[in-house]
Amino acid sequence: MNALDLARWQFAITTVYHFIFVPITIGSGFLVAGLQTAWYRTQKEKYLRATKFFGKLFLINFAIGVVTGIVQEFQFGMNWSAYSRFVGDIFGAPLAMEGLLAFFLESTFLGLWIFGWDRLSKKAHLASIWVAAFGTLFSAYFILAANAFMQHPVGYTMNVERGRAELTDIVKVLTQNTAVAAFFHTIPSAFLTAGGLFAGVAAWMIVRKRDVEVAKPVLKMGLVTIVIAFVVVGITGDWTARVMTTQQPMKMAAAEAAYDTKSNVPFSLLTIGTLDGAKPVFQIGLPSVLSFMSTGNFNGVVEGVNDLQAQYVKKYGPGDYKPNIPLAYWGFRLMIGFGALAALFAVIVLVGIRRGRSPSGKWFLRGAIALPFLPILANSFGWIFTESARQPWVVFGLMKTSAGVSPTVGAGSVAFTMIAFTLLYGVLAVIEFGLMIRTIKVGPEPIAVAGKADSDSVLTMAY
Amino acid sequence: MSLNSFWFVIIAVLWVGYFILEGFDFGVGILLKVVAKDQAERRAVLTTLGPLWDGNEVWLLVAGGATFAAFPEWYATLFSGFYLPLFLILISLIVRGVAFEYRSKYGKAQWRGNWDTAIMISSAIPAILWGVAFTNIVHGVPLAKSSAGVIEYTGGFFNLLNPFALLGGLTTFALFATHGAFFLALKTDGVIRQRANAVALKIGLVTAVLAIAFLAWTNHLVAKTDVHILSLAIVIIWVAALAAHRMGREGWAFLASAITSGLVVITLFAALYPNVMPSSTNPADSLNIFNASSTHYTLKVMTYVAVVLTPIVLIYQGWTYWIFRKRISASNIASPNSGVLDKIHP
Ligand code: HDD
Ligand code: HEM
Ligand code: HEM
Repeated sequence: MNALDLARWQFAITTVYHFIFVPITIGSGFLVAGLQTAWYRTQKEKYLRATKFFGKLFLINFAIGVVTGIVQEFQFGMNWSAYSRFVGDIFGAPLAMEGLLAFFLESTFLGLWIFGWDRLSKKAHLASIWVAAFGTLFSAYFILAANAFMQHPVGYTMNVERGRAELTDIVKVLTQNTAVAAFFHTIPSAFLTAGGLFAGVAAWMIVRKRDVEVAKPVLKMGLVTIVIAFVVVGITGDWTARVMTTQQPMKMAAAEAAYDTKSNVPFSLLTIGTLDGAKPVFQIGLPSVLSFMSTGNFNGVVEGVNDLQAQYVKKYGPGDYKPNIPLAYWGFRLMIGFGALAALFAVIVLVGIRRGRSPSGKWFLRGAIALPFLPILANSFGWIFTESARQPWVVFGLMKTSAGVSPTVGAGSVAFTMIAFTLLYGVLAVIEFGLMIRTIKVGPEPIAVAGKADSDSVLTMAY
Repeated sequence: MSLNSFWFVIIAVLWVGYFILEGFDFGVGILLKVVAKDQAERRAVLTTLGPLWDGNEVWLLVAGGATFAAFPEWYATLFSGFYLPLFLILISLIVRGVAFEYRSKYGKAQWRGNWDTAIMISSAIPAILWGVAFTNIVHGVPLAKSSAGVIEYTGGFFNLLNPFALLGGLTTFALFATHGAFFLALKTDGVIRQRANAVALKIGLVTAVLAIAFLAWTNHLVAKTDVHILSLAIVIIWVAALAAHRMGREGWAFLASAITSGLVVITLFAALYPNVMPSSTNPADSLNIFNASSTHYTLKVMTYVAVVLTPIVLIYQGWTYWIFRKRISASNIASPNSGVLDKIHP
């Protein structure tokens, strides 16, 4: 493997890993804030215990989200210096704004929340978790806007002399529909993910008859979050698909393994292609659905990979403009599929728990254990699809990924750091997973009966 | 002042913030086992950093992001050039963050002991390497125009480990350790406070020796009046820090070490200006605030953002420091030997 392949692998590994923790953080921040608000309003102990318990899971996850984010911030300069020079004038701005606006908010107010139980008024303490939660939204918005520029560059001109893209309109970069659509698709995905974690843990507690009074409201909250989030994700996903089809028709064609241009295209559920991927052999599909998804019209014409390839060669010069089609095809389906599976389970359980009934049976326990993982997988495949089906471009139409890699960093160096990051991330995954499981087994702490004697000198929260 | 110079100043300010704030974090980490012997003490020491360290680290992230936005050529050349040192710093920051959050979850001595060692090492490595990196930047590293017409780093890893850079690394290491000791003296009570005070003087004197050697070398290299004046100021304020310390004025000592940490950054940036990365092989191939910068438009946009947001950040971060101003001692830690995950509730 050369430095380019290694740098791509490294980017894919570190970013997908970062994004396991990111949606959990975004969604859980809000759900924990919701639980604490319920406690603040009702003063019921079960909500306080739920806040603290799920807060713990949230923080274990947050720690890894933070430390893996640090790598992301510098990786562009390390492995993608040519890319950084090319887009820095545009791309750096949202990244810097993210830091100034979002990271400071998140880290400061989360610090206040974690250690502030006995230092802040109840109201200020509650406010701090809400501020931290909104901080994650800012963070998501800016980084998605930066990513949207790579999917669909706007608000720039090319400076031929300096060989780079230069910003002409920051408002366009920050508000283009690619960014807005991605934001409204990614955020509900995050809620779906956190809903899956909370509901899964709560369901397990109910099956094991542990702190059932704490778990019950959380189960309901988690399941409702999943269902609502899935509906929103579907709507905004459809919107995203339309934006994408106009901006990157090749991506939609790849997502569908649609090799030839057609109208009334079915949404395929299964495609078996020839080995070289040049044409399909066997397809089953929902009639005309793809036409509708990508154009809003059942009779819409969907361009095929082969025609687009010919068009791109004319436009951008000779080259292979086809992304990895099986990856795009399956990535797209697994994203939707895993999300739908989580939503389906949520609906079944919601029906099952009407009027305070408790579901039981093996399927319930197994489903509860799988539930946290389904949306995480959906998210990963969503990104793998989005990013890999943009290839060979790193900035669509402007710069190929192969041109973006650092020319001065040798394959040996990239291989070394890639292996080291992967090993370290593997160890962290084991530790974090162990801590999560253990925290769940330990369960919500009992609330100490306010022993006045030591409450003054003993810290509620210490490292 | 041109916007390019203004952004040079902003980047310097971000690094000043970083050196002052994460500087004492590193120091506390380095001294962990020196000032804290038992579990209650260790946890008290780490709790002084608890609500603060992540916010402190964001200064680095913003410095990185701002460099990307304002001087993309600098960002690209620096981080692809200083590849392995940066990698070691990143690994350290990952391990450190995780160690803080996870160490006290279990009571097991071995679990905690391993994380404590990890905290010390992962605090020491960046404390040294930031000094090495900045000294190299000021000294100049091999840079040359590539065939593509961009200025790239042409040296290797070992070019970065020259004696001057290593002296710089030892200086920041000792400086941060002392700064951390002053911080602990101010923020803890009881035996930790005593030990922090005792160790502060020793490493403070070592820092003085290293800093004088380092500053002399720097001034020999860069003949600029402002660098001479700033270097002198560093020495004076460091002496003041040690004097305040001797008089038991812990607040003043910490303030003075904070100013010193900031002045070190200012001195290095003053030595650089108007370059951002001078070339040691061919001065014509240096990166400066003009050939490394973004367009005027981008700098203008970022100026609005920075001018509006930075004061707000300073206010709420300052407020957090105020909220957590109380001293912490070993007696504040409830059941120090057990972790929340030790036992499963019935
Ligand atoms: C849609 C959301 C999203 C996406 C696509 C990314 N991140 Fe992220 N990132 C977050 C959402 C987020 C977050 C929710 O704000 C995190 C996750 C956990 C956390 O602590 O904050 C975070 C943490 C985080 C941190 C640590 C912040 C701190 O110390 O508090 C950095 C430096 C980055 N990220 C940088 C990046 C970069 C450079 C990315 C692009 C490759 C990236 N993230 C993708
Ligand atoms: C956190 C969610 C994200 C995930 C999971 C993700 C995943 C991926 C994957 C799997 C690739 C490899 C594609 C391939 O090489 O075939 C890739 C490429 C890339 N992505 Fe993302 N991405 C994410 C967000 C972003 C964001 C927000 C940015 C920029 C702001 C970005 C910038 C890039 C760049 C520069 C590449 C090119 C390098 C390469 O081809 O590997 N990504 N990403
Ligand atoms: C329900 C039907 C869904 C549809 C129609 C849909 C559609 C899409 C499309 C078209 C993209 C590509 C956007 C682009 O490349 O520009 C995308 C990306 C993505 N999807 Fe979905 N999706 C669905 C469900 C889900 C679910 C359930 C999740 C996760 C829980 C999810 C998470 C993501 C993520 C994280 C991305 C990458 C970010 C982005 O580009 O917005 N999606 N989705």
